[in-house]
Amino acid sequence: MLPVENSNQRMIHLKSLQDAVINGNANIAQTVTAQALAEGIDPLELVNGYLVPAMAEVGRRFETNEYFVPELLIAARAMKAALTLIRPLLVARGEKPAGRVVIGTVKGDLHDIGKNLVVSLLEGGGFEVVDLGANVSPERFIAAIREKDIRIVAMSALLTTTMPAMKSTIEALKAAGLRPKVKVLVGGAPVTQQYADEIGADGYSANAVGAVALAKMAAAA
Amino acid sequence: MHRVIERVLLKGPVLTDGAWGTQLQQRGLGVGEFPDLWNLEKPERVKEVAKSYVEAGSQIILTNTFGANRIRLREVGAAEKIVQINRSGVEISRQAAAGCAKVFASMGPSGKFLLNGDVSQEELRNTFEEQAQTLAEAGAEGLVVETMSDLDEARLAVAAAHETGLPVIACMVFDSGRDKDRTMMGQTPQEAARVLTEAGADVIGANCGQGIGGFVAVCRRLRSVSNHPIWIKPNAGLPTVHEGKPQYHVKPDEFAAFVPELIAAGANFIGGCCGTSPEFVAAMARRRESDASGQFSI
Repeated sequence: MLPVENSNQRMIHLKSLQDAVINGNANIAQTVTAQALAEGIDPLELVNGYLVPAMAEVGRRFETNEYFVPELLIAARAMKAALTLIRPLLVARGEKPAGRVVIGTVKGDLHDIGKNLVVSLLEGGGFEVVDLGANVSPERFIAAIREKDIRIVAMSALLTTTMPAMKSTIEALKAAGLRPKVKVLVGGAPVTQQYADEIGADGYSANAVGAVALAKMAAAA
Repeated sequence: MHRVIERVLLKGPVLTDGAWGTQLQQRGLGVGEFPDLWNLEKPERVKEVAKSYVEAGSQIILTNTFGANRIRLREVGAAEKIVQINRSGVEISRQAAAGCAKVFASMGPSGKFLLNGDVSQEELRNTFEEQAQTLAEAGAEGLVVETMSDLDEARLAVAAAHETGLPVIACMVFDSGRDKDRTMMGQTPQEAARVLTEAGADVIGANCGQGIGGFVAVCRRLRSVSNHPIWIKPNAGLPTVHEGKPQYHVKPDEFAAFVPELIAAGANFIGGCCGTSPEFVAAMARRRESDASGQFSI
């Protein structure tokens, strides 16, 4: 363990946590987090002071074409490595996750690459994620919402032929009386803002980084 | 150059086919149904699609085997039919071609992410080897590794296809980044050209992902680093959804108007991906005939 003798050194030490997430180094992210916690640094300070800014920087680099999917994935993984140490401490003192999201690729659609990426980034963003996988029926979304008291529903479709299942899932949510309770977010290659509006979704994102921002807005609403 | 490719290209750029999935949907394939299963369940419908492309002027047609690898078939509970589905796919296209067109068999991605640990390199290698061998034994005259988003996966598929001794076409989807000129993983056309060629591709290219306009720059960049023949299959634009059905808005003639530009950018094989139809192939054939420059003379 690095000796930490003054606050200046401590800052440098913690800055390496931020860099580890930005560079997608899960081992360093976890080691530095463990050291920081052992030194008595407040876990919430680690999250808000270093991890959240790190993911914001990763998102910025994605928007400017410096980062692509692989870099996003490893950054999310590093973030998660740090959070696995931090989250139990936050839970123990009654802090809540950023939000609870149920996610799945809609019925008839077996593609889960994009959805898995969004799961990684949501987890990296501090969300508790209930991942129902691919080919998820409206009934399974409904069951998960009821069982886990979920407020955010995220749906993915990769095919134009399976997109209509997003609409039928929203209709099923209405029929079950759950629509007012949840925010519905949609995404996937063929999905557009126009389509999201047409089927009455609450949010659409063209990419995984935007999906996390949407979920944060939905959680705050 | 592979001798089959050399012979095919002897008289200049070649017309390939258009979309299969959207054509099968017009013939009743339902939402979420797996198209490849129709090789066994409705072979006559699949043959109609194949035949319509030959009649429209396709000199190479593909096969309805895009998703017929073990990983994807397992997801629809049809892994045990893998040999029959691939074999039937090749036979249907060969019957439809009746010697008037070459039959190159389609091999699509696994749908799994190497980077996420969803699948291992070993599993992908075995999966693609199995499909490539089956297609080759069934009589395919070439193998088309297409719609790949990850160069690592494409490389494994190309190497597996190369082992059969058949000519291998390898094409990626470039639809990411600000200029839609990267793969989902951020790889450039130049990187793709290098990696695919090293893996044994005889022809490199791009398909799906965006409309034909975006393919000109991608094609030029592939050509800038490679002397290999180039295979281009754009979408008929990006669809909007109307009453639950995807609609593509680019018309066959608008699509065909890009053909001379693509040829000038270095394309040797041109066809269409999602949303294109035999009408698109016919429009390209007309364009070829009326093209006074003679550049597109097959």
